[in-house]
Amino acid sequence: MSAPEVKPNVSAPEGHAPRAVELERNAELARSKANRALWLRMAGLAAGFVVLVVVVNVFAHGAFLTPGNLTNVLRQITYNAILAVGQTFVIITAGIDLSVGSLIELSGVVMATFANAVPFGGVGLILATLLVGLAVGCTAGLVNALPVVKLNLPPFITTLAMMLMARGLAFKLAHGRPVPLTSTAFDGIGTGFLFEGLLKPFGLPGIPVAVLWMAAIVIVFAIVLTRTRFGRYVFAIGGNEEAARLAGINVGLVKTMVYVISGGCAAVAGLLYMARFSSGSPNTGIGSELQSIAAVVVGGTSLMGGRGSIVGTFFGALLIGLLNNVMNLLNIESYTQEIALGAVILIAVIVDELRKRYLASK
Amino acid sequence: MSGIVKTFPGVRALDGVSLEILAGEVHALVGENGAGKSTLMKILAGATRADAGTIEIEGTPVTIDGPRAAEALGIGMIYQEFNLVPDLGVVENIVLGHEPQRGLWLDRREAARRATAVLHDLDIVLPLELPARRLSVAQQQMVEIAKSLARKARLIVMDEPTAALTEREIDALFGLIAKLTAQGVAVAYISHRLEELPRISQRITVIRDGRTIETRATADMPQDDLVRLMVGRALEAHFPELPPVPAGAPIALRVRGLASARGTHAVDLEVRAGEIVGLAGLVGAGRTEIVRAIAGADVPSAGSVEVGGAPVVVRGPHSAIEAGVAFITEDRKAQGLVLGMSVRENTTLAHLAAYAKNGFVDRRAESAVTVREIEELRIRTPSGEQRVRNLSGGNQQKVVLAKWLIGEAKVYLFDEPTRGIDVGAKAEIYALMVELLRRGAGIVMVSSELPEVLGMSHRVLVVRDGTIRAEFARGEATPDKVIAVATGLNAA
Repeated sequence: MSAPEVKPNVSAPEGHAPRAVELERNAELARSKANRALWLRMAGLAAGFVVLVVVVNVFAHGAFLTPGNLTNVLRQITYNAILAVGQTFVIITAGIDLSVGSLIELSGVVMATFANAVPFGGVGLILATLLVGLAVGCTAGLVNALPVVKLNLPPFITTLAMMLMARGLAFKLAHGRPVPLTSTAFDGIGTGFLFEGLLKPFGLPGIPVAVLWMAAIVIVFAIVLTRTRFGRYVFAIGGNEEAARLAGINVGLVKTMVYVISGGCAAVAGLLYMARFSSGSPNTGIGSELQSIAAVVVGGTSLMGGRGSIVGTFFGALLIGLLNNVMNLLNIESYTQEIALGAVILIAVIVDELRKRYLASK
Repeated sequence: MSGIVKTFPGVRALDGVSLEILAGEVHALVGENGAGKSTLMKILAGATRADAGTIEIEGTPVTIDGPRAAEALGIGMIYQEFNLVPDLGVVENIVLGHEPQRGLWLDRREAARRATAVLHDLDIVLPLELPARRLSVAQQQMVEIAKSLARKARLIVMDEPTAALTEREIDALFGLIAKLTAQGVAVAYISHRLEELPRISQRITVIRDGRTIETRATADMPQDDLVRLMVGRALEAHFPELPPVPAGAPIALRVRGLASARGTHAVDLEVRAGEIVGLAGLVGAGRTEIVRAIAGADVPSAGSVEVGGAPVVVRGPHSAIEAGVAFITEDRKAQGLVLGMSVRENTTLAHLAAYAKNGFVDRRAESAVTVREIEELRIRTPSGEQRVRNLSGGNQQKVVLAKWLIGEAKVYLFDEPTRGIDVGAKAEIYALMVELLRRGAGIVMVSSELPEVLGMSHRVLVVRDGTIRAEFARGEATPDKVIAVATGLNAA
């Protein structure tokens, strides 16, 4: 990602020509219009949520709109939201990562085995275990990326291969059974709450620690995607890879990075999963990759690359999570749940497409 | 067609265009980019619908509400980008969508009979066994024309049909068009190459700002009038005066023994600061490949490159950019721009490091430099936040230029800088090149338009088969000398 040192001429043109003022005003307009579109969308989602919430709450005899339940929803979506953050980066470059579900399992099994084997505990153990997990996830991401970058192979294939290999390896390492954690160091992450005293007056049990992990990842990567050079390059590559290459962007490095980020996110999700269930299990992630892709797409990111956002992805994961929760509360059987989920994904992308066409025609 | 109106968001693309095309005539449609030619064409093709106005074919009012309707009405389109299926053969492409069948099965013999009948009518000889992607551009174009005829087209619209053809292929195309018109087929001919219109067209219609300005017989339309009608004002001399290269100007670019996997070999060339070196040659001669190797778009396999006296190891585009080489590619949509990004984001794409601190993009600095470039290059856009996709071709090309201008490079490689751009924008780009010379840059320009190479270069190098075959100083370079070397008539 090297670019030549040139001096930016940041001083405005002398005398502030009227054209410059006009351009500035129009830019401001364009930005506020884009903001408005984003907020409109969020407001639309929110309105949908509210209607859903009220209706559902009636049918669920008040079980839905309780602080406890809503906190629960947030906790349930942490894994998918974190996976989907990494997936968003990959999909914006016009790639796809099918291996993230298996990587939850592989990193979980490796981390549990590691945590059981080392003699120390406490925060040191958590950090060391996280590093081991990240090493597993990021290495897998690297292996995903290399054939894509060096040989131009389709990521669908390389990550599909990784999905199979990682799951097989997880089963082999775990001898086909979950690896129970012997240490209690992870209980805080898995089941703990923060700010319990602070939030008690509001009837909230506190914020689950895992939710804070998710929030941190969503915020950090939202900033990375929208504010950094790296983020800009991710969009440029997804928009026009050849133009990006000819602009001197190290396309191979950026693409490698997105798969590494995706693998790393899978490892973090693996750690939270392991902490929650006190074991590293080789079959917890089945289908997770598709759930994460669903969250990304519902969140408005284009599978064609070049367009998308982390915030959108978070809301996508939240929508899917709420839906699952609602259907559980309403005692809808799991087969029907799958049908409904599929339908919602389809409707969400159709509405998004229609909205885009509407905006483009104005 | 009469009184055609088409409004797009914020723009009235067509504002009462009227046009009459006679059977058996070649009717040229000219106008600057953004004048409305493409929109008019899309309406004819059924790709978009007019908001008002009527279309009559042979006296009968018709509605064109989709591509199928256009086809049924006998309207055929030859776009700049062809619509052939690359892996199907010539016959299959010609009968595509109208495959003769025997029961459930394809009737290959009948398909071949129909296709060859059309080809025979036009005296076209094509390798029928090859898939379309193995054909040359000119051959693919012939397949497109045959395809239109096989569908009984009475009017064929051609968009810049000669843009990618060599001189000899253009002759063949014009012969083909003559055969079409002899059969009573009308041809609507869109081109920026004004000099070819007298050879091919009977009448010319000028479109400007979405309106038909004038229709005249080609014979009564001198080129000066034509240009004046197109831009709505008299243009000063076509090419600006080139400032002479200052005596003792340093070497900006020195290339020795350059070779690449794409057939470039043994290329030696030198460009001084303040000098434009033109690379002339036929399409496919390897001119683009030479500049691609210098720019690191293809990594050179041998040879040395020096920029401003310092040797550069070209490992990819980034090393060339770092050394001060800017490469303005010929295909702005495929190679130059990220269409979904804004003017601002495209402008800073190649030099983002200069507009970032600790990895974070400084949007204020970005906006400031973008505003500066929009003003300097007179890019027609409401603001820097506009998506490049929504700009016209000439303005898109200016964004590509802005992207490289902010880097203050020592060497600019222009590959077909004015392809598909209107006369007004061309003049602005020439003026900009002169400005770059004044700032002490060296320029290499690849162009297929011979007048442009001759008019805008201090020296002309002629390329054939991947290497430089001859060099002419500004005064010596004449079209026949250059063409003689380019075509190999005169093996220099």
